[in-house]
Amino acid sequence: MSQPAAAAPPIGAVARRRRQRPLVLLLRRSLRQTRTKLGVALVLLLVGTAVIGPVFAPHAPAEFVGAPYAHPSSTALLGTDNLGRDVLSRFLWGGRSILGLSAAATAIGLLLGVSIGLFAAYSRGLLDDALMRGMDVILAFPSIVLALVAVATVGPKLWLLVLVVGLTTMPRVARVTRGASLEIVERDYVHAAQAMGEPRRKILIGEILPNVTSPLLVEASLRLTYSIGLIAGLSFLGFGLQPPAADWGLMINENRQGLTIQPWGVVMPVIAIALLTIGTSLIGDGVARASAGIERGSAE
Amino acid sequence: MPRGGLRIPFLHGIWGFVVRRTLLGLFTLFLVSLIVFAATQALPGDPARAILGRSATPEALAALRQQLHLGQPVVQQYTHWLGGILTGDLGHSLAAGEPVTTLIGKRVENSAFLMLLAALVSVPLSIILGSVAARRRDTPFDHATSLALLALAALPEFVIAIALVVLFATTVFHALPAVSLIPPEDPPWKHLNELVLPVTALVLAVSPYIARITRASMVEVLESDYVEMARLKGLREGSVLWRHALPNAIAPAIQVIALNLAYLAGGIVVVEFVFGYPGIGGAFVDAVANRDLPVVQALAILIAGAYVLLNLLADVATILVIPRLRTSIK
Repeated sequence: MSQPAAAAPPIGAVARRRRQRPLVLLLRRSLRQTRTKLGVALVLLLVGTAVIGPVFAPHAPAEFVGAPYAHPSSTALLGTDNLGRDVLSRFLWGGRSILGLSAAATAIGLLLGVSIGLFAAYSRGLLDDALMRGMDVILAFPSIVLALVAVATVGPKLWLLVLVVGLTTMPRVARVTRGASLEIVERDYVHAAQAMGEPRRKILIGEILPNVTSPLLVEASLRLTYSIGLIAGLSFLGFGLQPPAADWGLMINENRQGLTIQPWGVVMPVIAIALLTIGTSLIGDGVARASAGIERGSAE
Repeated sequence: MPRGGLRIPFLHGIWGFVVRRTLLGLFTLFLVSLIVFAATQALPGDPARAILGRSATPEALAALRQQLHLGQPVVQQYTHWLGGILTGDLGHSLAAGEPVTTLIGKRVENSAFLMLLAALVSVPLSIILGSVAARRRDTPFDHATSLALLALAALPEFVIAIALVVLFATTVFHALPAVSLIPPEDPPWKHLNELVLPVTALVLAVSPYIARITRASMVEVLESDYVEMARLKGLREGSVLWRHALPNAIAPAIQVIALNLAYLAGGIVVVEFVFGYPGIGGAFVDAVANRDLPVVQALAILIAGAYVLLNLLADVATILVIPRLRTSIK
């Protein structure tokens, strides 16, 4: 009697290890590619700038240090902005909002999209159809239009931006999750779990979700790239953080008029947003390639 | 091409598909209109106060409630609004006091021309780029374009547009106008110089996707037996690529092409704003900033309508171009 009981934990441990291994393998293979390394380096650089940048900022973001659009000098290394504030300090302060908002929006989109996708794939039938048609309706709007309609109604609130961008992220995540899960739902171990009377929530999270992580990982980085673009774009249009806040998107808009005199107030945030989005999409591409490689390898 | 007895049922299948797909498109538009209406008018609370703010006078509030038909039940408000849209009455702008149709008439034309130009440039350009990259698969050219397209696809449109302004209109070169000043009385094609940068921004925003799908599709086709056959017949490589391979590679790409042209409908919003281009995208941003809800509603429906229509055309075109898909239609 004691022997089977002693044998049980190792079996559980083996099963658990097998479940985690594909993800670890995928990440390790992704990181072997130059583009993934480059992407990670870019993202770390920009996240680092945004997170610890304020520590190194020589001035407060709203402090006036000179005449508007002054050229770079020893007091303002990158010159001043449209109101005479230090461009470098505002740049170092201005990344947090975009990073925080777009990460939150992507998280909401992933959470909702994965739940809906798993649920639709598992339920099948009418519920599946209804859920996915609902997703299609959201996709019938260009995301920016949906976001702007919401802003026009409620006003430029940050929680609203996060929510709307999250909602426009959701349908594509749901599609990918559902697409990948449809085949998993038919597997024997899912049937076994059902036969054992496991609750639906446990089957969805414990049995199906771990098997769709690699397409989800690719989709997540793609969605993060778009969320950053959308959030930055909305704050560029003036519907994100409101002045006098320091924010990369807002900075670009504020300093556009002075481009011919003092370009740094525009150039720095443009470069930052560009490198950040390129970084996240390089990571996504690296993971996608690694995942395709693993699939090809296992098929052979 | 099957002839005779098979022909009529095949046509039936296609037309049946077109009709079903159109009905689905109309249904989507109906849901879209419900969402736009619900978001802008049927919110809890008083929309009139939300629009005019706390300091509004009771007279102004009453006038706005009257204008938005807020006294009526919600369903009646919706049918009234939808009926107006269907009969070409888009309501009155709150900011300008004019009918929305007069405000946006010329702008629709400008935006349509901008999108058309962007489509005419980006589609052939990206198809050629994708095909050449596929032909030179795994060469430095292929790797370089693949990385460049990946980076370009990642960039938000406004970043591309601003970068163009910095490079070609203000800081580096002063070759092109940074702002698209087109007098209201002129058609946009009289001011091509002003259109160069907005069109370039849109082309750079949509081309990467089309080029990448063309490359992927072309790589597959170039490995097929009939391409091998064409080469064995001794055809020149150019002829093999453009006459034999491309038509087959295009078909799967059509959906992506149309999707990206539909994407232009959203892309114009930011790009027009950056260049001050007098189109519906710029007007949409202004209306949102002024909280001019009738204009926001009208433009949201218009842009979403264009989006749904282009998606519909994409599906129909794909079916027409790929004959073997027709058999899978029930």
